[in-house]
Amino acid sequence: MSEDVWIIGASMTPIRRHRDRDALDLSAEACLGALDDAGMSIRDMGVMAVGTQFEPYTFGQQVQKQIGQTGIPLYNVHNACATGATAVRSVLMEIKAGEADLGLALGVEQMTAGSPPYRSMKPAEGNEFTAEGRDGHVMPTEGILGTGQMFGVFAQTGMDYARQHDGVGFEQFAKVAEKNHAHSTLNPLAQYQRPYSLEEIMSAEMLAYPNTLPMSCPTGDGAAAVVLVSEERLRTLDPEVRRRAVKISASVMTSDPYDPSGLAHPDVNTLTRLAADQAYERAGIGPEDLDLVELHDCFATAELVHYDNLRLCEPGGAGEWIDRRGPWRDGELPVNVSGGLISKGHPIGATGVANIYEVTTHLRGEAGDRQIEGARVGMTHVIGLGSACAVHILERAAGG
Amino acid sequence: MSEPTATIPVVDYLVLDDGPAHLVGNRCEDCGATFLDRHNACPNCGGRRIERARLPETGRIESYTVLVRGAPKHIGPFVSVLVRLDDGTYVKANLIDVDPVADAVDTDRPVRIVTYPVGTDDSGTEAIAFGFAYDTEGSAQP
Ligand SMILES: [Zn+2]
Repeated sequence: MSEDVWIIGASMTPIRRHRDRDALDLSAEACLGALDDAGMSIRDMGVMAVGTQFEPYTFGQQVQKQIGQTGIPLYNVHNACATGATAVRSVLMEIKAGEADLGLALGVEQMTAGSPPYRSMKPAEGNEFTAEGRDGHVMPTEGILGTGQMFGVFAQTGMDYARQHDGVGFEQFAKVAEKNHAHSTLNPLAQYQRPYSLEEIMSAEMLAYPNTLPMSCPTGDGAAAVVLVSEERLRTLDPEVRRRAVKISASVMTSDPYDPSGLAHPDVNTLTRLAADQAYERAGIGPEDLDLVELHDCFATAELVHYDNLRLCEPGGAGEWIDRRGPWRDGELPVNVSGGLISKGHPIGATGVANIYEVTTHLRGEAGDRQIEGARVGMTHVIGLGSACAVHILERAAGG
Repeated sequence: MSEPTATIPVVDYLVLDDGPAHLVGNRCEDCGATFLDRHNACPNCGGRRIERARLPETGRIESYTVLVRGAPKHIGPFVSVLVRLDDGTYVKANLIDVDPVADAVDTDRPVRIVTYPVGTDDSGTEAIAFGFAYDTEGSAQP
């Protein structure tokens, strides 16, 4: 078994509607911040991976032109909402393979100034019907044959869980958003930083039942980056760098295995369960050893089902767990103390690095007002619909 | 308004001209996995012998949502359902003939495929969509 890979630098920009900063500027801020945090230069990096969903190809090479072109291998990666975590794992794998001993991983999205390629919605009337695509559709089928949009899919996933478990309904899902909006009031990097009452959340405009607007992630821009190092190289570094180093005890990715329902409606549960179980096994820990979790709450319904998928609550007990405030920052196991995607924000490509930044910051004891005291072990989780899942388990340096 | 001269299904797995409207899928001859869309090999077992299969017209709702703000503006609020047909094949569609509110959805009641016109093109061809409605035909509701 190869040696572990460690994080020695981490940085992220605030998540905002950055109207005056493009993806390159956001990327450069995160990368330079992570390098400074590690006490390293771009010339020390042996590999780089860059994740973005919407920027054009070889975007990473354009980032290099902002921060330093040194001729190293660069992977541009693209994996929906798991894009950032995929970039981190790409660098980790290169280090594990012995091809490099230091590397930089970046995730970024600029969704305000750029324009995500949302499909246009033609009205039903007019022209001549012509069958197109693999299903021979003669018009856009969104709204005619159900919904395939992300907010609709995650709403249905939540209602499937509610159908199968008593005591889970609109109010339990809304409590997830109440918690995450409360948490983000302590996070200066979050896009929203104000509390919402449960009543305010439940009476807000309905996006797709049961998720109202404050139960859904906003559109936002930002970037996050980490510097990774091999264990062998870490031993040669400055004691202060070693003291703040965070071990990646598990880095697991899964894709969705076959399920009869999965072709009609993406299954975000099975691949999350597979990834979590593999991550616990590789790290040699269980859910009871975790001090905090940052999981993929693109919608409140998603967070609730992932309590169960990641084994954070009793099987089937996600509704009861939020009812008794288990995942609150002062509860049994704090979940999304950053505010999560619902409140911290969700710049697609940045998300899977931003959650690693968040957990790393807590494990170093540097999270300020939102610090989870004494945090030693944390988990991050992302899902890219379609589907890709990544789970990382991070641990504080022994004696740190 | 003139009578439509012809009809066309909104997607090619909806069959309108062979008895009652129904869906047709593709079934793996090796493992029996059935799907609406076209696959070069079976996503379950990798088998390459895939045959067309007529799908049942009835099933049950497994999950739903009501899109309100999220609905396309020209369509307005609608109920999206994932239906497990009686042979185990899954289909995404709208639940129709109900108000678009969560209380209108009853996952215990069987549903049946129904069709309706969804638009007419410049040559007068009418597009026919399918959805699901609560099955009252032949069911012994108390
Ligand atoms: Zn098969």
